[in-house]
Amino acid sequence: MKVFKYILVGFLFGFGMWKLEAVSTFRIIEMFHFESFHMYGIIISGVSVSIVVTQLFKRGIIKTFKGNEHHFTPKDKAWNRYIFGGIIFGMGWALTGVCSGMMFLLLGAGYTVFAVFLGAALLGTFTYGYFRKYLPH
Amino acid sequence: MSDYMQQVIDFISQPWPWWMGGVVIGTTLFLLYFFDKEFGLSSNLRTMCAADGAGDFADFFKFDWNTQWWNLMVALGAMFGGYMAANYFGGDSAAHVSPGTIEILNDISQRAIFSEGSVPIVAGTTVIKPVIDPFWDIYSWSSLFSVRGLIIIIGGGFMIGFGARYAGGCTSGHAISGLADFQLPSLVAVIGFFIGGLIMTWLLLPYILRIPF
Repeated sequence: MKVFKYILVGFLFGFGMWKLEAVSTFRIIEMFHFESFHMYGIIISGVSVSIVVTQLFKRGIIKTFKGNEHHFTPKDKAWNRYIFGGIIFGMGWALTGVCSGMMFLLLGAGYTVFAVFLGAALLGTFTYGYFRKYLPH
Repeated sequence: MSDYMQQVIDFISQPWPWWMGGVVIGTTLFLLYFFDKEFGLSSNLRTMCAADGAGDFADFFKFDWNTQWWNLMVALGAMFGGYMAANYFGGDSAAHVSPGTIEILNDISQRAIFSEGSVPIVAGTTVIKPVIDPFWDIYSWSSLFSVRGLIIIIGGGFMIGFGARYAGGCTSGHAISGLADFQLPSLVAVIGFFIGGLIMTWLLLPYILRIPF
């Protein structure tokens, strides 16, 4: 049960993102060319509902299943890392047309070459961890 | 199988409208917060590195990665979701992009490969559309052994992994949960995602895709 509920959340998200075509490279190209509202609609509606969800938990109106209030960790107030890291991530996102979440969907759908993509992403993560102290944050 | 079941399957198999994003993303975030967890899929990359012993090389990977097993289960569920949606609820397996997008895609390939309704969801061979023009057959093993496929799959993967940790989150962590919590750093990161995405899409990607080998 403990394991199953997280698999179920992932399933819901993965299934939905596929049907919304957010997994599609062609939708990503379309988004960065501003040729359709579709992807922006997903982001805007997703964030809008998420604002309500966040506020319900933040104000303690809804508590977690354990009965406590959900703890929100504020992001560090540093700027370089968000802009530089963001640009690198964005370039990777547009290059393959896939972000870190969609990678799992494609792997599951049978595009086994994404095992190599996952390996490259792990190498990228490791490289960041290794050179972290030399990078501006 | 009864007609009723078939009707349900057909109903789900249609392309979903954009506002379903609110339902899907909102429910995902709600459940994760309710389970006292966070929404952030790229954190799994750090967990996998740590589980493979990366802590011996960098302190960044010295954390209690055993507490992150739940997020790996979310990723496993996402894999299963992708499998089911692609194979059993795929509908016409098309990405229903706008006519303007089809024009841009054909401009990139420098010949008219796509017409209305023929753009697949995946840039690779799909179950329902088994034949894709080699120009867009990116997600395959044969593509990996070409220069352009190598750049796209290995280069893209590396940048995703590096950038997500450098920026402290990806599309789910920053663009969804961060923005919904009005976190200014997340807005900066999302602006970064778009700057990077625009540079890649407009200035580099067409030329990378046109590499003939």
